[in-house]
Amino acid sequence: MKFAIQINEGPYTHEASDSAYMFTKAVIEGGHEVTRVFFYHDGVNNGTRLTTPPQDDRHVVNRWAELAKENDLDLVLCVAAAQRRGIADADESKRNGKDADNIQEGFRISGLGQLIEAGIQADRLVVFGD
Amino acid sequence: MSEGTTKQFLYVNRKAPHGTVYALESLEVVLIGAAFEQDVRLAFLDDGVFQLMKGQDTTGIGTKNFAPTYKALGDYDVNKIYVEKESLDERGLTEDDLMPLTYEDEDDDWAEKSSIKIVSRAEMADLIDSSDVMFNF
Amino acid sequence: MAILHTVNKSPFDKNSLERAIGCAKDGSAVLLIEDGVYGALKGASSSSMVEDAMKTVKVYALSEDVSARGVNERVMDGIELVDYAGFVKLAADHSQVQSWL
Repeated sequence: MKFAIQINEGPYTHEASDSAYMFTKAVIEGGHEVTRVFFYHDGVNNGTRLTTPPQDDRHVVNRWAELAKENDLDLVLCVAAAQRRGIADADESKRNGKDADNIQEGFRISGLGQLIEAGIQADRLVVFGD
Repeated sequence: MSEGTTKQFLYVNRKAPHGTVYALESLEVVLIGAAFEQDVRLAFLDDGVFQLMKGQDTTGIGTKNFAPTYKALGDYDVNKIYVEKESLDERGLTEDDLMPLTYEDEDDDWAEKSSIKIVSRAEMADLIDSSDVMFNF
Repeated sequence: MAILHTVNKSPFDKNSLERAIGCAKDGSAVLLIEDGVYGALKGASSSSMVEDAMKTVKVYALSEDVSARGVNERVMDGIELVDYAGFVKLAADHSQVQSWL
């Protein structure tokens, strides 16, 4: 079965990203397919490589990136939400005349159409938020 | 399901505007999603009904007033807007307190019709039950 | 197939649990996750609402979130604890998932 996951909140403040991560892992372990993980609203903050939690805490960003690498997951940050919140890849940074980018490898930035498409293509859309 | 399939989309709006960004960013999804030719319905319940209040003026709080955008939904063929009666009642509101949202019905000589349908809590449950995809923000 | 409703808010803070129960048709399920697991407490002001709901709807709580909050011993009889694998199975076995955020 095909699952799409939507995450509406950033890391650490809300449990949403942790729950979504645990759920996504369980979907894969259950033999299902995760067609896309879409980060919206403050959820785009899950995709910045500048995140530096204390060593005894989980690294939410790296954890997503590693899960994506191991399982070829499509982690998508909404471009409109990302622009508002200062999350950029090299292209976005250049286009908007910024002096740096901060996206974590393993994530990509794309439009809201990717969420709609995920809703159409997946058998289940599961939303984690506040 | 193939990509050519039409699904019943339901956008569930339960949060008030302005205090948080959810209403605005939900509306942005609806506008983008309108291009995908799915069967789109919008549900407004709980504090979500406040999104449709007449007379919203954000000048004093310095944020973007996106309330007028709801009036453009009809032009995007988004014209199935369900507002829960119990949620209105609880807040001392009636349909008259909401912005008039209309569309032009191409099957009826482009007659202007209201997009808003007031539904009961039980009908709202049916609506959720009959949807293929629920977007929650 | 009926819908799986997930609730992630404490019933003492938000009306999400009440709304999920109100919208849950016979045969559907409600899964309590995150702070939603406080809705599983026995002897609380929310308990009778949940007990009523359990006459027609199956109520689950996510064991990882229950344990994290130290409320295992306080979960009402009749509420089934499931782990994340169980959450996935519930999502797959129901027609859709409605998240009452």
